[in-house]
Amino acid sequence: MYRLKADHVFKRFGSRKVLNDLSFELQTGDSMAVIGPNGSGKSTLLMLLLAAGRPTRGTIEYSLDGQPLDDSAVRSATSLVSPYLNLYDTLTAEENLIFFAAVSGRAIQGKEINGLLNRVGLEGRGPDLVGAYSSGMKQRLKYAVALLNKPAYLFLDEPTSNLDEDGKRIVAELIEEYRSQSIVVIATNEPEEQRLARSVCRVA
Amino acid sequence: MHEVSVGLLSRAFAVYAKDIRVELRTRYAINAIFMFGVTTLVVVSFALGQSGLPPRLLAALFWIIMFFGAMSGLAHVFVREEEAGTSLALRLRAHPDAIYWGKLLFNFTLLAMMTCIITPLFFIFTDAPTGNLIPFLIVLILGVIGLCGATTIIAAIISKAAVKGALFAVLSFPVLMVLLFLLVTSTSQLFDGKGLAEILTEIQGLIAYCGIMITASVLLFRFVWLE
Repeated sequence: MYRLKADHVFKRFGSRKVLNDLSFELQTGDSMAVIGPNGSGKSTLLMLLLAAGRPTRGTIEYSLDGQPLDDSAVRSATSLVSPYLNLYDTLTAEENLIFFAAVSGRAIQGKEINGLLNRVGLEGRGPDLVGAYSSGMKQRLKYAVALLNKPAYLFLDEPTSNLDEDGKRIVAELIEEYRSQSIVVIATNEPEEQRLARSVCRVA
Repeated sequence: MHEVSVGLLSRAFAVYAKDIRVELRTRYAINAIFMFGVTTLVVVSFALGQSGLPPRLLAALFWIIMFFGAMSGLAHVFVREEEAGTSLALRLRAHPDAIYWGKLLFNFTLLAMMTCIITPLFFIFTDAPTGNLIPFLIVLILGVIGLCGATTIIAAIISKAAVKGALFAVLSFPVLMVLLFLLVTSTSQLFDGKGLAEILTEIQGLIAYCGIMITASVLLFRFVWLE
């Protein structure tokens, strides 16, 4: 059982207070929507949860069956899809998947690549340069990369941004699947996306 | 332990192979380094001619060309990740040590390629003596490793700054001063007809510089990269 515990987390940027005494605990099977107005710290919270930033005060702990996870284990168990996370435009979609699998310490075969691309509705587009993709196709590819490591912690920031109706349906299905076997955290202001999570955390 | 090392090697190679592939498609750093290196060399050789320059001046000219070639392109290895917005994806997926070694190897490849072109041209365009080839190659290899070791960690430090180019040169200057002093001193002695035995102190200094710089970079990189 994976757990994620945020304990009295504060975050300041200079004199500006962004997160103020935030605490919650999630375990495998939980999903949480982080909501709040623009600039309230939703994306900042996701960065802190991903260990891509440090809280000014408070702690964030990852554990598996009561044992804390080290940085490498956290890296292997987490995935993020976000508008500010970019993939390599000068590589093809297949090359992006192969690269991110390789730096995660695993090899990925053609069949698995095709399976991931099919899953996000990019069948047949694997050999194309990502720079030639539309913003919606790039968002779909981010999901394919995020699913590479079958994440125990899935973090989604504005999960359906740039997606068409078919893309939104695919994302809803993915969240439905992963929220039973992972911890899913969704930062959003869209009511439809909020409904995909079972609990809500409001940041102000 | 063995498994961890093998894992690190393959991940570092994945970063290296990705950077090579991206570079071959964009050719930004290759063009910058080669154009700067070749242009500087040609301008200097036209201006001075084969006029019997003293060994110390020849050595200084050679390492100035190498230094500015390195300055013009090696920072790009991290700046490119920041400007393309791909650094977050890399940070979330790859171990910092794998990123450092992959980027160091990439910079070494670029500078080694430039060296392979600049060095023969330098000997053709100037009247630098070619007698001490083996000792010169030893100094050259240590110089390339030292330049790459220093510029890679500095490139990581400046990649998040607003004024990257100026900061790269400002930070590099004090770090590279010792290296350049050792390189110019040893090269000038070789151009002056002295052998390997006479520059052993400088060679030891260069080996120590490379060892300290790369060890310190490995220890510091994860903080520079993750903070």
